[in-house]
Amino acid sequence: MRVKYFAWVRERIGKAEETLEPPAEVRTVDDLIGWLAARGETYAHAFEKPKVIRAAIDHAHVKPDAMIAGAREIAFFPPMTGG
Amino acid sequence: MTVAATIRIQDADFDVAQEIAALTKGRTDIGAVVSFTGICRGSEKGEPIAALTLEHYPEMAEAEIRRHADEALSRWPLQGLAVIHRFGRIAPGENIVLVVTASPHRRAAFEAAEFLMDYLKTNAPFWKREEGVHGTGWIEASDHDDAAAARWTKS
Repeated sequence: MRVKYFAWVRERIGKAEETLEPPAEVRTVDDLIGWLAARGETYAHAFEKPKVIRAAIDHAHVKPDAMIAGAREIAFFPPMTGG
Repeated sequence: MTVAATIRIQDADFDVAQEIAALTKGRTDIGAVVSFTGICRGSEKGEPIAALTLEHYPEMAEAEIRRHADEALSRWPLQGLAVIHRFGRIAPGENIVLVVTASPHRRAAFEAAEFLMDYLKTNAPFWKREEGVHGTGWIEASDHDDAAAARWTKS
């Protein structure tokens, strides 16, 4: 799946997107955040406060317990400040 | 009549009068037009800023604004609706966002415009970075905006 990062999540990780194949036991958005946070220091920094992180699957907002099976694109970002 | 919302996400500025005219020109059935323009302030929390830079998630921004525009069209008797959101570097005094609603009577136009702005603030995937006197930093989301958006949730 394609994983995208925005704003300070992107800056902390140091990349805007990447293609990842998490293992089968990573089932929810929350699981994926935990798995990403264990990938290295930059990821741990980006996901140090998981409750602050917002997620979208295929361009729609989702909650942390959303299942990721079948997702083509998952994005992680801070709370939005547009408008 | 089916009303289609005009939605544009662009780096260029927009002309408010021109956007209103695009909705109302040649029509005699519209009784009310409300427009809201969000403008870049020259200070943030009392500190002067040189500019804002808006980052966005293009594919999702379009989809998310479309979902909320469609919800506004289903909740209020609107005759026209336009949402324009800019991205990129925006200097103080420049436009950031525009919502225009048209309806036979004012209440629907006011309410739909406010609903859309409240949702854009909290749900549209845009992030503001400020260039201040002490360097640059991401602007934090406000609880105030979350509360404003929550008012519109149907119980």
